[in-house]
Amino acid sequence: MEENMLKKEDKIFNNLYNELGWDIENSLKRDDWKNTKDLISKGREWIINEVKTSELRGRGGAGFSTGLKWSFAPKEVGSRPHYLVINADESEPGTCKDRDILRFEPQKLIEGCLIAGYAVNAHICYIYIRGEYFNEGKRLQEAIDQAYEKKYLGKNACGSGWDFDIHIHYGAGAYICGEETALLESIEGNKGQPRLKPPFPALVGLYGCPTIVNNVETVAVVPTILRRGGKWFSSLGKPKNTGTKIFCISGNVNSPCNVEEEMGIPLKDLIEKHAGGVIGGWDNLQAVIPGGSSMPLLPKKICDTITMDFDSLIENKSGLGTAGIVVINKDQDIVKCMARIARFYKHESCGQCTPCREGSGWMWRILDRVVQRKATYSDVELLADVTKQIEGHTICAFGEGSAWPVQGLLRHFRKEVESRCRDKPLVKKKLNNPYLVDQHLLENKNA
Amino acid sequence: MSVKKVHDDQPKEFKFSTENTKRVEEILKKYPDKNKKSAVMPLLYLAQKQNENWIPLAAMKYIANFLAMPYISVYEVATFYSMYNLAPVGKNFIQVCTTTPCLLRGADKIVKLCKEKISPNENEVSKKNNSSWMEVECLGACVSAPMIQINDDYYEDLDEKSTTEILESLINNKPLKPGSFRGRKNTSPEKIENINGGKHA
Repeated sequence: MEENMLKKEDKIFNNLYNELGWDIENSLKRDDWKNTKDLISKGREWIINEVKTSELRGRGGAGFSTGLKWSFAPKEVGSRPHYLVINADESEPGTCKDRDILRFEPQKLIEGCLIAGYAVNAHICYIYIRGEYFNEGKRLQEAIDQAYEKKYLGKNACGSGWDFDIHIHYGAGAYICGEETALLESIEGNKGQPRLKPPFPALVGLYGCPTIVNNVETVAVVPTILRRGGKWFSSLGKPKNTGTKIFCISGNVNSPCNVEEEMGIPLKDLIEKHAGGVIGGWDNLQAVIPGGSSMPLLPKKICDTITMDFDSLIENKSGLGTAGIVVINKDQDIVKCMARIARFYKHESCGQCTPCREGSGWMWRILDRVVQRKATYSDVELLADVTKQIEGHTICAFGEGSAWPVQGLLRHFRKEVESRCRDKPLVKKKLNNPYLVDQHLLENKNA
Repeated sequence: MSVKKVHDDQPKEFKFSTENTKRVEEILKKYPDKNKKSAVMPLLYLAQKQNENWIPLAAMKYIANFLAMPYISVYEVATFYSMYNLAPVGKNFIQVCTTTPCLLRGADKIVKLCKEKISPNENEVSKKNNSSWMEVECLGACVSAPMIQINDDYYEDLDEKSTTEILESLINNKPLKPGSFRGRKNTSPEKIENINGGKHA
């Protein structure tokens, strides 16, 4: 059983469950800040090349090469300062990995910030934490204060000759602020509505200055990569899908948990060895959402053999996303689960682009009708059509994120959906609802 | 985009307390001098904390004045983000996560308990014990589902029994400690014998 599991010495986050203590003294025992000064003295080019060698792909969902992203920042600082922004606005349903890094491995993140900040010429870093993580933010601030006390941050941070400051900025409960340009808008004090790209933040970002935005996990693994070498990291996992990753396994499993594993581990191993198996046994599995709610679900047949990495999941018309695995067993109503996800997207759409603002509501209402067995066969066609009209027609990837899960449902469970539909509409009498008023507002006056 | 109603009964004036004025100075130091507008979100939080966990219109006007930005921009921000309460909430503000990972493990039972113990409707401050509850979207503690947030704290790994205990402890004004209610260490995997299948809600 043990042979397929990640070796203990290859784990990056050894304190994921806070068994060893989160504070700086204990972190130092785990080799954080060990030779940071030497690493930085090797220069920007070496750092970026080493990260490129490691083939680290961003852990926030899109899976873009981190080394490449860093190399997009202008080489020389012009009239505008550079910024580093860390995305800790973890709101994707099924995902809670960054929370544990913020709580229990904050020094890894802080050290990563200093190195990344140096590599992209930034003196100031903002960490954008979702507002609900109030206690996690407080913990991170304590950790930052401890790092300042040890002179690892501030003027001449860690003796590297580089001045570096970290500030925390809290979000306030908007999922869309996890999108990098919406996050920048939010830091600037606006509504969190994404910007049209290009220009990309690497050239025109926060306050119009070059800005690199990275996920918490991405930055937190960088110090270990530099210390042990990019080759070590790329030797783990599969080609182009290298390294280790924190997987969050939730839903109908016996023992839901966060666990760090090698990329490319079979999904079945992950669920059975780490999460205690599906409730009711593997044969009771109905579907799995492999990468947070915006990734299309996979039926049991695919789950039997799939491996968890970016490329194999894309081949199966899904995606690794944030690696938030939601397991749904046969005791659950799959349409109801997806209708709830559609409601989530309806609630969280920022309202900027019409296809997404209106379409997310359409998808939720149609799925809700299916759950209540009030939908017609033509509704299913309509639903498929709506998802196509959202996908690719919005400023940011939220449109895809809301349309894909519904498309996944129709791709794999169309029979299940249609079995609940009828030929003729159930509602015959004319409802006296005012035009353009959302049904849910009428139902819920307190909203 | 959250749908929110501004409270009918608005106080006429709002001013930061002396203690909070000091905090404001600290906050402003974080942002570049010409981008003081960035402080609008932290200042709204401060105002919310000072005013019993909700933001009156007077506070938005005050902050707009303070940061030299149009009132409507502050109003936009306050109405866009769901964590700014624009109407009074209970002293114990209970947020129940009901998104799919929590739903799969019985979040609807927790909503039912809130309706029974706190108040039949969402966002309604109960007379007896000064609490209110609402359904929220994913709170980012999915492997500890189902879970609720009471004010700033997460109560995780709940079932019907533990939720009843928590809600009753609020009613009796002796709130229980936050954390896992299945006795596990944070998000670590549990031993099978401790779980015995049906222990979650």
